[in-house]
Amino acid sequence: MMTGDRKRRDHVHDDHEALVVEDDAGNLEGQIIIDALQSVLIDRGLLTAPEVVREIEKLESPGIHLGAKIVARAWADESYKARLLENGKQAIGEIGISVGEAQIVVVENTPTIHNLITCTLCSCYPRSILGQPPSWYISKAYRARTVREPRAVLAEFGTVLENDIELMVHDSNADMRYLVLPEPPHDLHDLSPAEIEKFVTRDRLIGVIR
Amino acid sequence: MQGTNIRNRFKPGDMVRVLHLGKLGHVRIPFYVRGKCGEIVHYCGSYLNPEDLAIGLTNGPVKDLYRVKFSKAELWPDDSQSLGYTLIIEIYDHWLEPTEFFRGIE
Repeated sequence: MMTGDRKRRDHVHDDHEALVVEDDAGNLEGQIIIDALQSVLIDRGLLTAPEVVREIEKLESPGIHLGAKIVARAWADESYKARLLENGKQAIGEIGISVGEAQIVVVENTPTIHNLITCTLCSCYPRSILGQPPSWYISKAYRARTVREPRAVLAEFGTVLENDIELMVHDSNADMRYLVLPEPPHDLHDLSPAEIEKFVTRDRLIGVIR
Repeated sequence: MQGTNIRNRFKPGDMVRVLHLGKLGHVRIPFYVRGKCGEIVHYCGSYLNPEDLAIGLTNGPVKDLYRVKFSKAELWPDDSQSLGYTLIIEIYDHWLEPTEFFRGIE
């Protein structure tokens, strides 16, 4: 992935930008600062350790299983799909998934339209549904290139769009967060719920895979 | 234009231009759309302005937010090689002006 981009750089990096930098003893500078801040806040009575654990759980528990549940329901129920496209947050709430974002805009792939999600300014992502974004999503290469040469980026993910497919790129720069509703597989009605869940990958809901 | 009280002044299909406000701080309107002409596709509601929130001003006023679409030809006029696409991005009302001129028709 991102190989074309790598070739253009004058020195070679890993596929992803480093998220954390440890020293030789394994210390993370950010972790040391966070630990110090947390102990000060707990000492002052502004925070408790169980509150911190609960917040971490809240951050880490969403994931593609929630996205798959939404998509499977939309494929099975036309009226649910219509509500989902009309007001994503409300429709997702209907099936018991609580959305922390102001609004979820669900964009539908069709035989003639493909949608791709990005955040050029930072790393906006539907975190209360999909959890934390993959590291390539927050890389500068992905953020810059998805609005400059999106078809080339898609091709690097193995998604070569036919020329007659309209590509819509959504930059989540402000209050909305986006989810792609992929096209169902042709043999949808022969698939078990487990097989459908396997088809609905994170990358399909971002739109890098069609 | 800042501080205008006219709510929801654009409707889908309206042509708009993104302003160059030259503001500093936590601005959510990237440079690549500034000065560009696009079309309103969706009114998202009104939200607290991130430019205010970033400096602790949490009492408003709220700003209307729109999803605006731009053609590749409008965003990158020098690139005539690659295939077209449509970009949709959210723009707060105070960064928009109505326009009748639309250069980016493909």
